[in-house]
Amino acid sequence: MKPRTRRVLNVVMSWLSALAAVLVVLPLLLIFGFLLWQGASAVNVDFFTHLPKPVGEVGGGMANAIVGTLILLALAAALGLPIGILGGLYLADSRDARLPWVARFLADVLNGVPSIVVGIFAYTVVVLPMRRFSALAGAFALAVIMLPIVVRTSEELVRLVPASLREAALALGIPQWKVLLRVVLPTARAGIITGVMVAIARVAGETAPLLFTAFGNRFWHQTLDQPIAALPLQIFAYAIAPYDDWHRQAWAGALVLIGLVFTVSLAARVVTSGRFTGVR
Amino acid sequence: MADGIVVRDLNAWFGSAHVLHGISVTIAPKAVTAVIGPSGCGKSTFIRCLNRMHEVVPGARVAGSVRVEGTDVYAPGVDPVQVRRKIGMVFQKPNPFPTMSVFDNVVAGLRLGGVRERSVLDEAAERALRQAALWDEVKDQLGKSGVSLSGGQQQRVCIARALAVEPEVLLMDEPCSALDPIATAKIEELILELRSTLTIVIVTHNMQQAARVSESTGFFLMGELIEFGVTRGLFTNPRDKRTEDYITGRFG
Repeated sequence: MKPRTRRVLNVVMSWLSALAAVLVVLPLLLIFGFLLWQGASAVNVDFFTHLPKPVGEVGGGMANAIVGTLILLALAAALGLPIGILGGLYLADSRDARLPWVARFLADVLNGVPSIVVGIFAYTVVVLPMRRFSALAGAFALAVIMLPIVVRTSEELVRLVPASLREAALALGIPQWKVLLRVVLPTARAGIITGVMVAIARVAGETAPLLFTAFGNRFWHQTLDQPIAALPLQIFAYAIAPYDDWHRQAWAGALVLIGLVFTVSLAARVVTSGRFTGVR
Repeated sequence: MADGIVVRDLNAWFGSAHVLHGISVTIAPKAVTAVIGPSGCGKSTFIRCLNRMHEVVPGARVAGSVRVEGTDVYAPGVDPVQVRRKIGMVFQKPNPFPTMSVFDNVVAGLRLGGVRERSVLDEAAERALRQAALWDEVKDQLGKSGVSLSGGQQQRVCIARALAVEPEVLLMDEPCSALDPIATAKIEELILELRSTLTIVIVTHNMQQAARVSESTGFFLMGELIEFGVTRGLFTNPRDKRTEDYITGRFG
């Protein structure tokens, strides 16, 4: 190839790949811009501090739904993360021939199960025995959705930790379990946190599994075994209602939800970016 | 004490591949023993059998007996964790823990072994770093990341890390193969200083290195120990034709 042709080709391909990169983030920017345009006007102090107004009255806010979503996410994380991360560690480190293969396969299948089906599952195993809709049931459903994402990303990240580090630790006379928890996991930490954030962001917007588990609530919830409000549910309810004011609030709710996910991800990144990081 | 390492009829496998064939050798205590031989001859596997690191690889298997300072490390009921605590190991490539500072790296064995008192850790870190001839270079950057140091310094951090738990034996698996000649010289100097207190077994590709640092040398070929003896004798007057061929550079 002539040098001239090569240079031209290089420039063309560089621009094409830059364009592809822009196209990748474009949908997010468009969604965010559209939400700002539609919802920003309804986001005000009342939106964060007030309960929904009764039908027919203008104003009010989604304070209960914002708090409800945060509670649901925290509970789901508390249920799903320890199991998911330990499970991933097992899958990456086990020498067993069959169980990891089966678990991995089932995790991938679970990842593909529609979220409404997970909702039905949570309804059957939590709501029916408890005889009521509850925050716990909602968190359970979200945890089940998080689980396969967390398991698989943790496994991949733990696999990326060089075997030489594990050997160095074992050769120091450190027991296997401590090697995993104190050397391998911290080395994979930054990447696992990214995976965890992806999982939390994914379930933060889930609506279907909450419909008949958390159920929603127009007031403050009293205890965790009571129905609880959540932003996606509130957005859904307001978006299909026939009132213009509710539509505006639904847009505002969507904007706040994205902002929430963004803030949580950013905060987790900042808080956990330790001095020294391992694999990402 | 003063038994050194007594290996009798040691065999090792990776899956169905038989990589060590009936090795029997007695390694002197408080001395440096070099293990030489071409790539793939089983020298690394041999020293990994001494601290039960061979079995860490899936499918790996060992038979035979290894007595280190009088303890049979393969006796039933012996915990490999306890064995490895007494036998330090330094690897080919420097492998400090990337999430830990220099200090945390050096005391990792103690801290993860349950030692908590700060004064004990401080003392052990300084002693090990001095032993590894690294104290003067890093005493002001103990809080820095272990991987921010140069390759030679990283390798000495790894040596300090192995020494901090006060092992009786130090196994070194080609510790200089990733280092430049100056860093190599420092490590060799270190080996000569350490030999009065420790039993050292070093695997090396570099025959000059074996000649410089060791009292005894073993020559491995295709999983067999061909010849073992006083280093000077082995290099100047090998008994086996294959040893002679190897050290004169006719193969390998």
